Amino acid sequence: MSVEKNLLYTKDHEWVKIEGNQATIGINDYAQHALGDITFVELPAMGKDIKQQETFSTVESVKAASDIYAPMSGKVIKVNEALNEAPEVLNSDPYNEGWIAIVELDEPSEKENLMDAASYEEYLKTLD
Amino acid sequence: MDIKNTPLFEEHKKLEAKFGPFGGWNMPISYSGIILEHNWTRNSASIFDICHMGEFIISGPKAAEALNKIVTMNVEEAPLKSCKYGFMLNETGGVIDDLIVYRIETDKFMMVVNAATTDKDLENLKKHVPESVSLENISDNIAKIDLQGPLSKEIIQDVLSVDVSPLEYYTFSIYNFLGQENIISRTGYTGELGFEIYVEVDKAVELWNKLLSDERVKPAGLGARDTLRLEMSYPLYGHELDDKTSPLEAGLKMFVDLKKDFIAKDMLLKSQQEGLKKRLVCFKVNSRRAPRNGYKIVKDNNEIGLVTSGSFSPSLGYGIGMGFVVPEYKDAGTQIKLTDSKVQLEAEIVKRPFYKEGSLKK
Repeated sequence: MSVEKNLLYTKDHEWVKIEGNQATIGINDYAQHALGDITFVELPAMGKDIKQQETFSTVESVKAASDIYAPMSGKVIKVNEALNEAPEVLNSDPYNEGWIAIVELDEPSEKENLMDAASYEEYLKTLD
Repeated sequence: MDIKNTPLFEEHKKLEAKFGPFGGWNMPISYSGIILEHNWTRNSASIFDICHMGEFIISGPKAAEALNKIVTMNVEEAPLKSCKYGFMLNETGGVIDDLIVYRIETDKFMMVVNAATTDKDLENLKKHVPESVSLENISDNIAKIDLQGPLSKEIIQDVLSVDVSPLEYYTFSIYNFLGQENIISRTGYTGELGFEIYVEVDKAVELWNKLLSDERVKPAGLGARDTLRLEMSYPLYGHELDDKTSPLEAGLKMFVDLKKDFIAKDMLLKSQQEGLKKRLVCFKVNSRRAPRNGYKIVKDNNEIGLVTSGSFSPSLGYGIGMGFVVPEYKDAGTQIKLTDSKVQLEAEIVKRPFYKEGSLKK
């Protein structure tokens, strides 16, 4: 299971990369592995306001549909349209090509509720 | 109830399978990924651990006559070494199980049934076979491994050194390999050319690894088994078939011989006369989204039925599913919506099967 060092994580296995007032969001390697083959990603609407810990996207795998929770609150300013045609990128490259959306942050201090890579790795150990 | 492991459990662990419960068994769901396993089965050949399914031997004087009254298909007229698919019904015409009967001798049959229903099937048989007919549950002694895919015929010949080329679809023969006599039938649940192999339980690991040693073969789990069968619109007991659904409603009349007598035939005739209350339909979604078991089927804002199975179709690239609707909406071309509290999908009723390129009868 790969955990990227420079990202922040949620307990639900989403990742966030914060750059200034913007954050790129995706699901991590643990999530893609647990879901199995991803066949569909419901992208959030452009301009939508999403709230930390609330559902902002749905990812479907062959076996099931799973809600994806917003790691931080903000306005969606960009979505990864390429996932409409190639949702399997979430499996093959969850941290790069598999990003889901970019949001303009409402409350940058919300990052205090997230885990850094080291804490997330500790958290993963408690799940097995 | 304790969950059971098949004799191949340790092999699946070595292959790093993802496990899940199915019909009271801890089964491999996938190894390398469902879509990869699905495609490998369509293009080469896969092995499936199907040891969870049940097998009974029904034999003795007048076994054929007795069995023929219990199942919907005609096993008395079945040629020797043929397989017949059909159903056992309850008194109301609902399906107790869907099953395959192998005619080994004139009055000796093997019945292959679903895992979760094995006990209830056995009870039903006990209730209806006369004392002169012997009924033996050999499920614990028999391991079943399916080899499915366009290359399966050559692989069996190369790996087991037996000639299965004379086997027609839905026939079987008894072959000598692994130092014993074993049944191989040309049957399956994938839509591809394929074989089901029955060996004694202590030969399961040897057979599994022998087949796996051929580089054209990969293991496939129940995940791929489900997407493969769904693309062929094959029913799955507990989804398209259950105690409250008749084979006529499920569109499986061709496996019901109404010219002979069997349990609940009168109920089927009556339901046919009065008009069926629901019909099984196949539908394709206009996107990659999958309908799921339990979604409502809606037409003009009215709920007309429920989804029983659904998935993304790896071979076709869109969502597919099956479900029951009130009969007036059963025709191909009907536009429907599939909904749950959060999702609404646009779909169209289509003719079965979804996937038409299989090597099944080639």
